[in-house]
Amino acid sequence: MPKLLTGNEAVARGAYEAGVHFASAYPGTPSTEILENLAQYEEVDAQWSPNEKVALETALGACIGGARSIVSMKHVGLNVAADPLFTASYTGVNGGLVIVSADDPGMYSSQDEQDNRYYARFAKIPMLEPSDSQEAKDFTIFAFDLSEEYDTPVLLRLTTRISHGRSPVVLGERTERKVKDYSRNIEKYIVLPAHARRLHVEVENRMSRLRALAEKSPLNKVEMGDRELGIITCGAAYQYVKEACPNASILKLGFSYPVPHELIREFAKQVNRLIVVEELEPLLENEIRALGIKVEGKELFTRFGELSTEIVRKGLGMEDETSFKPEDNIPLRPPVLCPGCPHRGVFYQLNKLKAVVTGDIGCYTLGALPPLSSMDTCHCMGASIGTALGLEKARGKEFARKVVAVIGDSTFLHSGITGLMDVVYNKGTITVVILDNGITAMTGHQHHPGTGYTAKNESTSKVDLEEICRAVGVKRVVTVDCYDLERLGTVLKEEMSAEEPSVVIARRPCILWVRERERAFAVGESCIGCGACIGLGCPAISLLGTAAEINAQMCTGCGLCAQVCPTKAIVRL
Amino acid sequence: MGISGENVLMVGVGGQGIILAGRIIGNAALKMGLEVKVSEIHGMAQRGGSVVTHVRFGRKVYSPTIEVGKADVILAFEKLEALRWLHYLRPGGTMIINDQEIYPLPVLIGKGEYPSDILENIQSKVSDTLALDALKIAVEAGNPKAANMVLLGALAAKLGFEQELWHEVIEQTVPPKTVETNIRAFDMGFERIKSPGACI
Repeated sequence: MPKLLTGNEAVARGAYEAGVHFASAYPGTPSTEILENLAQYEEVDAQWSPNEKVALETALGACIGGARSIVSMKHVGLNVAADPLFTASYTGVNGGLVIVSADDPGMYSSQDEQDNRYYARFAKIPMLEPSDSQEAKDFTIFAFDLSEEYDTPVLLRLTTRISHGRSPVVLGERTERKVKDYSRNIEKYIVLPAHARRLHVEVENRMSRLRALAEKSPLNKVEMGDRELGIITCGAAYQYVKEACPNASILKLGFSYPVPHELIREFAKQVNRLIVVEELEPLLENEIRALGIKVEGKELFTRFGELSTEIVRKGLGMEDETSFKPEDNIPLRPPVLCPGCPHRGVFYQLNKLKAVVTGDIGCYTLGALPPLSSMDTCHCMGASIGTALGLEKARGKEFARKVVAVIGDSTFLHSGITGLMDVVYNKGTITVVILDNGITAMTGHQHHPGTGYTAKNESTSKVDLEEICRAVGVKRVVTVDCYDLERLGTVLKEEMSAEEPSVVIARRPCILWVRERERAFAVGESCIGCGACIGLGCPAISLLGTAAEINAQMCTGCGLCAQVCPTKAIVRL
Repeated sequence: MGISGENVLMVGVGGQGIILAGRIIGNAALKMGLEVKVSEIHGMAQRGGSVVTHVRFGRKVYSPTIEVGKADVILAFEKLEALRWLHYLRPGGTMIINDQEIYPLPVLIGKGEYPSDILENIQSKVSDTLALDALKIAVEAGNPKAANMVLLGALAAKLGFEQELWHEVIEQTVPPKTVETNIRAFDMGFERIKSPGACI
């Protein structure tokens, strides 16, 4: 019987069946579960890397060493790994190398909705785009063969709906593969200009051969139906097209780069009206238009967010009535810091200190929202520290007394250390708060070099955050318990006023990661309804009548509310 | 309502166990020999935000998501979320609502008002509305965390697969230690809907 797998689980299974030896990743929604699942196979050496660049470089080394390797990341992770990606295209592989990019159209859990299909074009590597979990598995297996046969890394491009969509998958057996032989080959693996000039020519030749392969690949399917309308599509969009117009003629591109020009010309000839349905950017559309073929696309379908059956229907003028109108004036339900979240106290104090806070990527980006409202900027992994230093460079030392960078432990190890080095080296005086909850929390609790455990849950050496900060030259390194509000406030004030760089390590494990709970708190009769506790933005506390209330089911017993209550009305049950 | 094909939209608040419940429905439909697609949302949205899981099964399923106005059933783990996603229901569809209020942050901090008449509002629009206090029933079953199983039981009673099949799938999906409580909670939800005068 087939199994109901997410696309991510299916990719992991496909890699396993293809005999993959090595897997690396840095967690990022919607890609995280690929490595988590690979780590469960005994035969696969799977690891969390500190960041995507290192993950790709390690997979690259493993593939040069003869191992079949897979590396997975979210779309913006590939920006971090772009440097080795472009060169890996030149050098090619030894064992197969598959690079998985999980894009997030609609930005369910991302800072942008960049279309990583550009990377296949930019780095000149072939790209496969599955439309469901079975294809995710099958395409992964094919990707390894393709990589080895054409001496190229292969980009497997997923989107949120593929990664986190479950559909039936027929499982197969693992084909064991020997690690290929290794021998030194400097003309291939050392990109000295003289070598790289020749390698570039080979890349262009390879792309021509790959285009010829894509022309007749079974991954590119023509489903002829009504010849009035012909639709070219790929990825999740294929499913919306099939649902909206089951009778249309469809060219589904699974091997979507290099684009099979002849196949498209042939298809275009057979239909009266040609339309491209693709999520995000008009990449196929532009390329088809450049072939001199009349085609419609983005004038009918949005480039914002993900597509859906109804968007396809509407784009084709097939609008239909729905029975219920969306309700107006429903209060929004934005994501919030959990009850007992150790980040809460830090943001509460930064807000009180009126700090200018440069933020970073993690659950703690939610500190920007009311009522904590204590963040000024957030760009990408690791950006908080560099941005803070830049603010000081623009506005001077006086202003720097207000500037605080906040960054999580996993993000700090990902790409915060270099920023901190920059602060010390270039004589900055800002304050950095490392929110150390001991895990990569937002993506669902993955280990990192600071947790002391590997992706396979084996114990390993553990990075000492205090020592790292001292080693780059920070003299003021203070560690604070996140639940001690008063000390947090005092330390932050002191370190912000210091005219030299300082690091405050605010430490407490993620409340979702620790299983044990303290006894809950409750509001007693001396509550005057002043709302001080509401300022913490804890979802377990409400003030609807004249007194505050604590939801005992949700309360984790962190005690922050008791510390801010002016009448000492909040007590532990 | 039948087993030929259904669109079930599950809505609620991050952390209510919706993803697990969606997986169980998907596996039950798969066991019935149907094609299945389940679409989940992970990551930041899970941190107490409004979350939705689409479950679709039938002889042939293409899109992983349900169109607006095409859900046969909405299984709402929270009342406000039932209202938020109501326009996904098809005319004549079924609404199963957990009669539980989880105030979103704007309401908690006094920047928004939680509507007081949600049940009445929905009942006036959807004749097949079933409401139950899943949290209370889960507590009776032995664990408040099993509220998702109570709701799953309520849905199962409407879908028409054999109760045995659900038990089997639950057993294969939840942690071994929790099987007994989860099945008890499931059965209580199932009975609740089967019994006459199910609405509270």
